Amino acid sequence: MSELLRIEDLCVSAEDKELLHGVSLTVGSGETHVLMGHNGAGKSTLGCTIMGSPEYKITSGRILFDGEDITHETADKRAKRGIFLSFQNPVEIPGVTLSEFLRNALEQLTGKRTKLWEFKKQLGAAMEALDMDKSYADRELNVGFSGGEKKKAEILQLLILKPKLAILDETDSGLDVDAVKTVSKGIDEYRKSTGGTLLIITHNAAILEALSVEKTHILSDGRNARDGDGQLAFDVLKNGFTEVLP
Amino acid sequence: MSQKTQISDVDRSLYDFRFDEDERDRLSSGISPDIITEISDEKNDPEWMREFRLRCLDIYENTEMVKWGAPIDGLDVSKIVTYIRPKSRMNTDWDSVPESVKETFERLGIPQAERESLAGVGAQYDSELVYHNVRSEAAKSGVVYTDLESAMHDERYAGIIRTHFMKLVPPTDHKFAALHGAVWSGGSFVYVPENVHLEIPLQSYFRLNAKGAGQFEHTLIILEENSSLHFIEGCSAPKYYEAGLHAGCVELYVGKGAKLRYSTIENWSKNMYNLNTKRALVEEGGSVEWVSGSFGSHVSYLYPMSILNGRGARAEFTGITFAGEGQDLDTGAKIVHNAPETSSYINTKSISKSGGASTFRSSVVINKNAAGSKSSVNCESLMLDNISRSDTIPAIDIKTDKCDVGHEAKIGRISDEAIFYLTSRGLSEEEARAMIVRGFADNVSKELPLEYAVEMNNLIGLEMRGSAG
Repeated sequence: MSELLRIEDLCVSAEDKELLHGVSLTVGSGETHVLMGHNGAGKSTLGCTIMGSPEYKITSGRILFDGEDITHETADKRAKRGIFLSFQNPVEIPGVTLSEFLRNALEQLTGKRTKLWEFKKQLGAAMEALDMDKSYADRELNVGFSGGEKKKAEILQLLILKPKLAILDETDSGLDVDAVKTVSKGIDEYRKSTGGTLLIITHNAAILEALSVEKTHILSDGRNARDGDGQLAFDVLKNGFTEVLP
Repeated sequence: MSQKTQISDVDRSLYDFRFDEDERDRLSSGISPDIITEISDEKNDPEWMREFRLRCLDIYENTEMVKWGAPIDGLDVSKIVTYIRPKSRMNTDWDSVPESVKETFERLGIPQAERESLAGVGAQYDSELVYHNVRSEAAKSGVVYTDLESAMHDERYAGIIRTHFMKLVPPTDHKFAALHGAVWSGGSFVYVPENVHLEIPLQSYFRLNAKGAGQFEHTLIILEENSSLHFIEGCSAPKYYEAGLHAGCVELYVGKGAKLRYSTIENWSKNMYNLNTKRALVEEGGSVEWVSGSFGSHVSYLYPMSILNGRGARAEFTGITFAGEGQDLDTGAKIVHNAPETSSYINTKSISKSGGASTFRSSVVINKNAAGSKSSVNCESLMLDNISRSDTIPAIDIKTDKCDVGHEAKIGRISDEAIFYLTSRGLSEEEARAMIVRGFADNVSKELPLEYAVEMNNLIGLEMRGSAG
C-alpha cells in the first residue's frame, strides 16, 4: 500500500518545553493505526502537530503527507490536503450553526460552491446514520452540546468532509455504550464510503473491535516505545502498558 | 499567533464614490441667521418653523460643546455646508430621477430592494428626498409615509407635526440637537392610524454625497393606539477628505398598545462625525424595539433613548458596534422607566480592532412611579488585538426598591483554540476570524431583514479582510 503519512524524527515543543523527542511513524493509505500511551505520553501533541496546531512548535524532523513536506504548512492548508482531526475538546463557536459551519468548511475544502439542497440532503443522511436529532444542524456549533453530542458532531464532520486521513483523538472517551456504538458506526461508514485512513488515539477496546487494525504505536514520554500489529492494541487494553513495554 | 492585525486600508470602493456637485447649489459654509433664513426661504417654511429655526440657532450659540464622550475637536462646524439643494425636486416615479442619482441608488441596491416588496422608499440624496414612493398597500391602509417638508405644508398633517416636532428631543437637549433644529433638512414623516398593522417594513436609505456637507435629516414617526410598524433606516456615506457631520434626529411616538421596531445599519465613511439623537416615547402597553448596527464614522455618539411612559410599556435595544482603525464609537442606549410595570432589555455587542475604540454607555433610570418594573442590561465586547480599546460604562439610577434590575458585562478575545479548530476544517485564519465575529454579531443580524443581514455580514467580511495575524 502506498504511504500516506510519514513522520520523521519529530521534535516538538510548547512554551519552551519539549514534548516529543524524535517520534517517527508511517501510515499507509487506507490503513487503520492505533496510537497508544499513558496520559501525557504525547499522543494528543502528536495528533495536534500533524494537524498543524500553532500551539506546538516543530523544532526538528519532518511531516510528509502524500509524499510532500507539510512540516511548516498551516492547518487550513493541511485540511485542504485531506487531513482531519477529531478534537478531544471541540471548541464552542457561538452564533454559527453547525450546518452553516459545515457547508462553509466543505466549500473551502472542495473549492466549489455547494448547492444548499444537496448539502442538506447529505447532512440529513449523515445525521441519521449517527442517530443525531435533525435540530442539531441549526444549533450553534458545539454550544451547549453534551460531551457525547460534541463527539458525534465531530464524526458528523468527518462523514461530510471525507478527509484522506482522520486522526481521532479519544473520540470515544466519556461516551456511554450506545454512543460508542454510534460513533463506531460512523467511523465504519467513513471507512466504507471513502476508503479513508485512520489514526486512532484511544483507551477503549470497543471502538477497535469493529475495525481491522493494521498497526499499533505506543508512545512513552514523547518517544516511540513500541510498534506492533493490530493485536498489540488489544494486548495493551487487556494487560496494561507495563506488560507490553520492554 | 501574532498580536497585531493589519487592516488599515480596506477596499471600501462600494461605499466610497460620489458624483460631482453643482457649486451653485451650495450655500456658503457655516451658519448664521442669514443662512438659516435662506434655508427657510428655500423650503418655504411656515412661519412657526422660521421662528423655530432661528430660536434653535440662538440656543446652539449659547450651548456648550458636548464633552462627555469621544473627542470631537476635529469637527469644525463653520466649515460644514449645512444644506445642499439636490439637483432634482421630489420625484414619485423612478423614471424622472436623474441618471447620476439613479446610478448611486443602483449601486446601493435601492430599486432592487423596492422590487422585493418593501413598502416604500424615501431615500435621501444629499439633503432632500429625490425619490419617494409608498406602496399602495401602505397608503391604502391609511399609513402616511412622506417627507417632512411636504407634510408640513399639507393641512392634514401640519398640526400634528407642529405639536410633535422636536418636542421629544428639544433643541435645549444638547448643542447638536440645537444645530439640528436650526438647519434640519429632509427626512421622513410616518403616521400609522389606530389599529393599523403594516406587515411590510418601510425603509429609507440616507446618503451623503457632497464634500463637506452635513446631513441633518429629521425622522418623525407617530403610531396611534394598537398599531404596528417596522421602519428601517440604512445610512452610508462616501468618503472624502474634509470631516463630515451627521446630526440627524429621530422622534418616535408609540401610542397605547402600539408596537414599533426601528432598525438601523449605519456605515458612514470613516471621517464622519455621527452625532445622532434618537428618542422614543412609549405609552401604556406599547413597545419599541431598536435594532442598531454601527460600523462607520470616525466618531459616533449614539444612544437611542426610550421613555416608558405608561403602565406595561416595554423597550428592547439590540445593537452592535464595530470600531476599526481610527474609529472611536461611543454607543449604547438610555431607558427611563416612568410608569409601573415597565420593562427594558438592552443587549449589545461591540467589536474593536486595529486600534479602534468602542465604548458602551448605558443609562437606566427607574423613577419612583415605576414600581414593579424590570430591566436587564447585557453587553459583550470582543477585542481582536491588543491595541484596541473597549470600555463599558453602565449607569443605573433606581428610585424605587420595587424593581428588578440586572446587569452583565463580558469582554473577550478570540481564542487560539477556536482559530485552530476552524482552520483545521479548511478555513483560512482570516475566514475563521470573520466567522467567529459574524457569530458574535448574530444576535443583531438575525433581527434584521435578510438583505440587511447580508449587507451586515458583507461589512464584517470587509472589515475582517487582512485580519490574519
